[in-house]
Amino acid sequence: MAGAQRSDKQTACHVSEKEKDEALIVRIKNGDYSAFEELVRKYQARVYSHGLKFLNSKEDAEDILQETFLQVHKSLDKFRGEAAFSTWLLKIATNNCLMRLRKRKKMIAVSIDKPIEFNGSKLTREIVDWSKNPSLQYSNDEIRMVLDNTIAKLPEDKRAVLILKDVEGYSNIEISQMMGMTVAAVKSRLHRARIFVRDELSVYFEGALEHTKTGSVK
Amino acid sequence: MKCQEILEKLSEYIDKEVDPSLCDEIERHIEDCEPCVAFINTLRRTVELFGGVKHVTPEIPPDVSDKLNAFLKEKIIRNP
Repeated sequence: MAGAQRSDKQTACHVSEKEKDEALIVRIKNGDYSAFEELVRKYQARVYSHGLKFLNSKEDAEDILQETFLQVHKSLDKFRGEAAFSTWLLKIATNNCLMRLRKRKKMIAVSIDKPIEFNGSKLTREIVDWSKNPSLQYSNDEIRMVLDNTIAKLPEDKRAVLILKDVEGYSNIEISQMMGMTVAAVKSRLHRARIFVRDELSVYFEGALEHTKTGSVK
Repeated sequence: MKCQEILEKLSEYIDKEVDPSLCDEIERHIEDCEPCVAFINTLRRTVELFGGVKHVTPEIPPDVSDKLNAFLKEKIIRNP
């Protein structure tokens, strides 16, 4: 099954994509290499982009691309069609990305659990509302750089959940299956990752925006 | 509800995954809590930005695609 955001918009066209993939897979299992090439052409950009977001390195993303499709070819007999092929493919790519991250000797150790300041249970700090700033578009090079660098700072499990949910659009249940964790664990990691990214964007904007200072707290 | 409890539930609130009674409580709280409104707006915008990442996914560079095809042929056809 495709991701939640996509399944909301599921159409006959989307279903036929699944059927097309299944037909290609049958041909591949019967030894038709051209069908495999077709499947690779269809999904190579998605896997490459997935690797880039995870690893922030063109060279590593290229390695992930090669490893993933080779593994797909070797493991295709294990694909039963219970999930969409694209979900299965992204699961393999994600696992390869996670393994690559673990192998990196110098991980940037960043605590993403910086507490929000409360007075008792009330927010104590001023929260700048930069949400309506017109420069806030992913197509803006500076914003893209802030986001890419922030994703790169996230610990691997939180990075994976954030990319799978907010970029790729998978549901919490699908991510829990892909990552081998409970839905509650997915939600917790997602929340912490989002808060961290929001805070990093705030640091960027707080110096650059006309502040919309908030009033007194409850 | 206090701000701290609200913030713990914000991702689920943004994703429309909280139950209706909790949703009502959150909305009552934010009616007169500007810091929480600002926090929700910026968190929601952060999530929306990631949706933009998907839409500007670059095409795969031709040389990367060529190398992938050569790699797979080598591994699967020539040296299975």
